[in-house]
Amino acid sequence: MLHIVNKSPFENQTLDSCLRVAGNADGAAILLTEDAVYAASKGNSNESKIKAVMGKVKIYALWPDVEARGMQDRVIEGIKMVDYGGFVDLVAEHSNCQSWL
Amino acid sequence: MGVEMTEATGGIDFEDEESGVVKKFMFVNRKAPYGTIYALEALEVVLISAAFDQDVSLAFLDDGVYQIVKGQHTKAIDVKNFSPTYRALEGYDIEKLYVEKESLDQRGLTEADLLVDVQVMSSADMAKMMAEQDIVISF
Repeated sequence: MLHIVNKSPFENQTLDSCLRVAGNADGAAILLTEDAVYAASKGNSNESKIKAVMGKVKIYALWPDVEARGMQDRVIEGIKMVDYGGFVDLVAEHSNCQSWL
Repeated sequence: MGVEMTEATGGIDFEDEESGVVKKFMFVNRKAPYGTIYALEALEVVLISAAFDQDVSLAFLDDGVYQIVKGQHTKAIDVKNFSPTYRALEGYDIEKLYVEKESLDQRGLTEADLLVDVQVMSSADMAKMMAEQDIVISF
């Protein structure tokens, strides 16, 4: 299952909730978009939480959103970048998806 | 896909070969009931989906668990108390209500504090429930 998060982890708890539920789930992937890409930056206070689940689930970030926010040179290693086409591929290759509000 | 879209139906072909297909829908509720309109809107969509005879389940996580706590009285805030509606869902054959235990624990709540029969489960089991759906809609 693909989980999509689009809010800054500093604004609300959505990323925490997503990681709690999906962080250990078989076949899960998490895509960070819009302000959620700040969670993908090195040195941010959510880095350890992201790294803790990376062995189990795949973490992706939407490159146009990363680049727009100037985060492109400080992305946590192991987080995969996708463009809009890659976003579509992720949705297509998973059985279902959830946009966490 | 070979699905023919028509202007009269707003682009939706009601006669395609997929009509009558029952899909597993899960509505994920993560917001408290009265601070925003999400909870009430979710309930509206749930009732609509039931009218289409779909396999519907509701999940309550985070502040969403506050939607189904007992003892809601909204007269003084002049807002409709829609909490009794959750008890009526059974009448629409919606009986799959899942609540994440961690969310209850964080809020000092137990199953006994809830106004409707639910299945309380761990985060891991909730993830499995989500993964087996055809459609997951988050509120």
